[in-house]
Amino acid sequence: MADALDLTADALTLEREWKTPDRGTVGIIFLIITESVLFLTFVAVYLVYIGASVTGPYPKDVLETPILATVCLLSSSLTIVAAEWALERNRIGMFRIWWLVTIVLGLYFLFDTGMEWKKLIYVDHLTISTNLFGTTFYSLVGLHASHVTVGMIFLLLVIGVNLLGFPIETQKRRVKFLSWYWHFVDAVWVIVFTVVYIISTR
Amino acid sequence: MASIDYPLERPKVGTKDWGFAEHMYDWVATVDHKKLGIMYIVSALLFLVIAGIMALVIRTQLALPNGHVVAPDTYNRLFTMHGTTMVFLLGMPLVAGFSNYLVPLMIGARDMAFPRLNAFGFWIFLFGGFLLYFSYLGGSGLYGAGSAPDVGWFAYAPLTEKPFSLGHSTDYWALGIIVSGIGTIASAINVIATTFSLRCPGMTLSRMPMFVWVMLIDSWLILVAFPPLTAAQIMLLLDRYLGANFFYTQRGGSAVLWQHLFWIFGHPEVYILIFPAFAILSEVIPIFSRKPIFGRPAMVGAVVAIGFISLGVWAHHMFAVGMTSYANSFFAASTMLVGIPTGIKIFNWTATMYGGKVNLKTPMLFCCGFLLQFLIAGLTGIMLAIAPFDWQLHDSYFVVGHFHFTLAEGLVFGIFAGLYYWFPKITGRMYNEKLGKWHFWLFVIGVNLTFIPMHFAGILGMPRRIYTYQAGRGWEFWQFSATIGAYIQAIAVAIYVWNVVHSAIKGEPAGDDPWDGWTLEWATTSPPPEYNFEKLPVVRSSRPLWDLKHPHDPDWKYE
Ligand SMILES: [Cu+2]
Repeated sequence: MADALDLTADALTLEREWKTPDRGTVGIIFLIITESVLFLTFVAVYLVYIGASVTGPYPKDVLETPILATVCLLSSSLTIVAAEWALERNRIGMFRIWWLVTIVLGLYFLFDTGMEWKKLIYVDHLTISTNLFGTTFYSLVGLHASHVTVGMIFLLLVIGVNLLGFPIETQKRRVKFLSWYWHFVDAVWVIVFTVVYIISTR
Repeated sequence: MASIDYPLERPKVGTKDWGFAEHMYDWVATVDHKKLGIMYIVSALLFLVIAGIMALVIRTQLALPNGHVVAPDTYNRLFTMHGTTMVFLLGMPLVAGFSNYLVPLMIGARDMAFPRLNAFGFWIFLFGGFLLYFSYLGGSGLYGAGSAPDVGWFAYAPLTEKPFSLGHSTDYWALGIIVSGIGTIASAINVIATTFSLRCPGMTLSRMPMFVWVMLIDSWLILVAFPPLTAAQIMLLLDRYLGANFFYTQRGGSAVLWQHLFWIFGHPEVYILIFPAFAILSEVIPIFSRKPIFGRPAMVGAVVAIGFISLGVWAHHMFAVGMTSYANSFFAASTMLVGIPTGIKIFNWTATMYGGKVNLKTPMLFCCGFLLQFLIAGLTGIMLAIAPFDWQLHDSYFVVGHFHFTLAEGLVFGIFAGLYYWFPKITGRMYNEKLGKWHFWLFVIGVNLTFIPMHFAGILGMPRRIYTYQAGRGWEFWQFSATIGAYIQAIAVAIYVWNVVHSAIKGEPAGDDPWDGWTLEWATTSPPPEYNFEKLPVVRSSRPLWDLKHPHDPDWKYE
């Protein structure tokens, strides 16, 4: 019965001209939407609990604005675009360089977060259980850092398999999706940065 | 179209000499959307039986005053596990199961957009369910007898905090729901990508079957409602394991915050659960009335409206918590607002039947049952939306009666309609109509006998979640009849199970299109082959099979 479904000339044209959105694109967009809601929840909870800590330390006493790390993370969004641009033109050498620069910038961001946490824990004695600031700070920044880490694992995977000889030119679509995810993680940092280091330290 | 990854013809595997192991391997390793859909539905029905037995124990305990069937702490575990199972392990897999099985068939696709993600979603959901039930063994760690979660299905803080909930039962509750939630989100993304990207030529959004539309919006609701729940569960686990202070009132944390986060998820969840019923009614009623659905654009509009308005009504679960009167008024008003699109839907289904050739086969009977029962549920819902009325009846049996009317009568009636309607498609055989009618009538009697009396017990002041009560408060009659009703429901479900098992093996062959259907799933064989369609269909209207069967009077001439 299925092949009785009309195959007139008219239907064949319809079939030929029929276009739907790419499924990977749709999938990654809605993944980013649902992840955004997750971050939104943690950001909202952070905002609600500003000033609710019963004891110190408080944000304005201990937080130092991570300017350099922020610059690194945000510029890694540009370098990954450069890498994509090179890949689009099949310049694999250029792609590898820009991709590695992206990785280095991301790794510096994670390193900086680690040093910041070390200072907060050992010098300022702020842990996740100290007060509500500690609770919300570590969970929000930690949620973001864990997303950077996941992105980093995929970035390393791409360059790793490429250096081992896998032709990355065949994976342009997936590289594009990874780059979208990376932009998303960066955009979230802008919000986290504003909320944690600007609003709550006033 | 860039959606077909494999050739149309696959090498035929000789199924005849397959042993048990080969069949098992076939099911475990499958990425076929139909098999995964069936597995979702079967596991949902297994959890229905488990949670149903829990409900029977609860009802037996409450049948008479001063009941002694179970101890108080066992009773707390029973209602917690009953609620959690019904919502997360019955309702959610039914959403995923129905959309998995039907969406690709209805839009003329060969599979879901991401078949392997689909298999991952199912198995991670099932693992989450096992994790929750493992609490019976591991809830107190290795040093104690088993204990399941006992904090209620919405697990209010600070009861869930470490000092008040010892052992690991609450952790299993949180972990089980996070894990099965990941599967739910995976399947929702899959449904959305499938709907947008894999529609067959000519299947524009405006021609898409109502079922697909409703499941699309349902998946959207899952994607925006589940993350707040996951976030709240992560916070709870951080509180319990790392000493964080989110819901720790002694250190400035807020127990009300948990309520907000939970109900930001919890109210959309009600619609997530009921949407499959909406979707099924929108397919079954037109077929059994022999009329296209009344006011299709209004139906789509109403579903989309619910998809947004229902995100802004959550605090109607919290009128008794002491919010400002502005907040109370806002949430009372928004809750009444969401009643409007729901009313539109009920009106349109009724209007579809009006003047049609109504054929009261079992699926249609369940649809009619749904309409009547859900109307009552909606009316008690509007009553509870009035904040001062809610203050009187909050946490009483009136509320228990109300939400069981929406879910047990709304959702389950719709689901049964769908299960009967697509049974011939899934199995290739016809169910027993006589047993189906018995199931329906016993079920109608059972649910009404169970849940109508609960409203009265609530008005007479009976609080929910008490494990027993004293005689002489006027609750005995209502509680006793609720228990009788519960057993009648159990008999009805047993008839259903027998009908399914017996008909799947020995039922009459149903043919490919027993209902004279209009949507694409009836264009292929019953059960459909792994590749669904030999040739991808081309459609020109919202009733492609009508066009095919009536070449002289096709729909597309009027669209
Ligand atoms: Cu609600």
